[in-house]
Amino acid sequence: MRKNRYISAGLAGMLLAALAISLVEISISGCATKEDVILATTTSTLDTGLLEVLIPVFEKKTGYRVKAVGVGTGQALEMGRRGEADVLLVHAPESEEQVVAEGHATNRKRVMHNDFVICGPQADPAGIRGEKSAAQAFRKIAQSKSLFVSRGDDSGTHKKELEVWEEAGVKPEGHWYQECGSGMGQTLNIASEKGAYVLSDRGTFLSLKKNLALVILVEGDRSLLNIYHVMQVNPEKHPKVNAKGGKAFVEFMVSEEVQKVIGGFGVKEYGQPLFFPDAGK
Amino acid sequence: MDLIWRGLARGVKLLLSGDPEIYEIAFLTLRVSGLATLVSLVLGVPAGLFLAVRKFRFRRALVGAVNTAMGLPPTVVGLWVAIFLWRSGPLGALGLMYTPTAIVIAQVLIATPVVTGFTMASVQQLDPKLPRQILALGASPLQFWWLVIRECRFGLLAAVMAGFGAVISEVGASMAVGGNVRHHTRVLTTAIVLEVNKGNFDVALALSFILMTLAYAVTFALTVVQQRKRRYVT
Repeated sequence: MRKNRYISAGLAGMLLAALAISLVEISISGCATKEDVILATTTSTLDTGLLEVLIPVFEKKTGYRVKAVGVGTGQALEMGRRGEADVLLVHAPESEEQVVAEGHATNRKRVMHNDFVICGPQADPAGIRGEKSAAQAFRKIAQSKSLFVSRGDDSGTHKKELEVWEEAGVKPEGHWYQECGSGMGQTLNIASEKGAYVLSDRGTFLSLKKNLALVILVEGDRSLLNIYHVMQVNPEKHPKVNAKGGKAFVEFMVSEEVQKVIGGFGVKEYGQPLFFPDAGK
Repeated sequence: MDLIWRGLARGVKLLLSGDPEIYEIAFLTLRVSGLATLVSLVLGVPAGLFLAVRKFRFRRALVGAVNTAMGLPPTVVGLWVAIFLWRSGPLGALGLMYTPTAIVIAQVLIATPVVTGFTMASVQQLDPKLPRQILALGASPLQFWWLVIRECRFGLLAAVMAGFGAVISEVGASMAVGGNVRHHTRVLTTAIVLEVNKGNFDVALALSFILMTLAYAVTFALTVVQQRKRRYVT
């Protein structure tokens, strides 16, 4: 009987502890929101590791804590539209301009660029290697019905891909065209496993190259330029955003110091930069 | 095959090297999922007892709802909690989005139906005459519930394990309401997704071994408690 009493005391103690901890937990994390900056960004800036280098510098410098949420550019812009983020770092210029025109975002600045590349299996069944025009390469892929894996997630890369299809005058449909609805890294893995063609930003491709059975087949077309802009969510339209923090992050991203870091990022590991600094252009 | 060994070796190395980030992530995972399990016990055990013992209108509909909710997809829970916690949502003023607390809330919603369902099932397995016997012996309401809980403790410990297993392994809700923010809301499952996206399969595997080890350690401890008591009964 005594044993049972111990057990019951123990159980009751556990329950009390649970309640106490949850109260403390909620009060701790509930009040620490003032200095948070929510950054909605694309998967490429996180998957390449660029933000892991930049964010600690920003936090140290300004005292803000950055919550970088990696989503597709489409979702990032939508978070801006709803005022759920304070600052956006994205790469779909046309959609961005629209968000700015609607008044949801402001203070938009060009940060950096890299480019998109069309990757595919070494064997290149559609014969696009060395093709100068991205649209022509896409046309060949469609004509030969070679497997193509699309992000299909309304990300900046997906938007660019749809632009190229439009330019090619092809409506991508059929069993050869597969939308995987995943981030860039996962999409590259899928394309690699299936021996499919895929449009990727150069940065993510380079950082994942070691695991992929894919090579760059088409590059250098002007239409494949991939430009990143940073912008703060407009506090006039969304009074709840951290306007100061958002502004500080925009200024940080285009500062000389950060631009230098961006230009050197990845050179050591991949032999070439993953992004090219662009501020002021 | 070599990838598995490399991942295992890397996992052991990561743990032994004392990489603070790994410990931080593992500790947060335990803290969040452990807390969510405890809260779900506080809510789920009484609910399960009530549903098992009391008879009232719509009881069947409610039991059916609980049984369905035992399989709630974490992504769905994540979406709903996110809608409530967003700045523009009804609870936006609390500023809980992308905090560990947000993950706890979502995981409580995932685990509570599991705990309730298991509790209900284990109470209903008792001899139906038992409650009447306890009452006939003149037990107070408190004593009555306590005896019922004691009688079905094996099932209740199974409920703890199932609830904990459900939340420590989920990724959809943690990603949706936690955002996988480094040093803040990154738990083992979301870290694994990130490492896979980065193409660091060995690190992802290492993290998965750590996750499974943690899950096993906690479940094993509970199993020891459960099975030790068994001897007194048989």
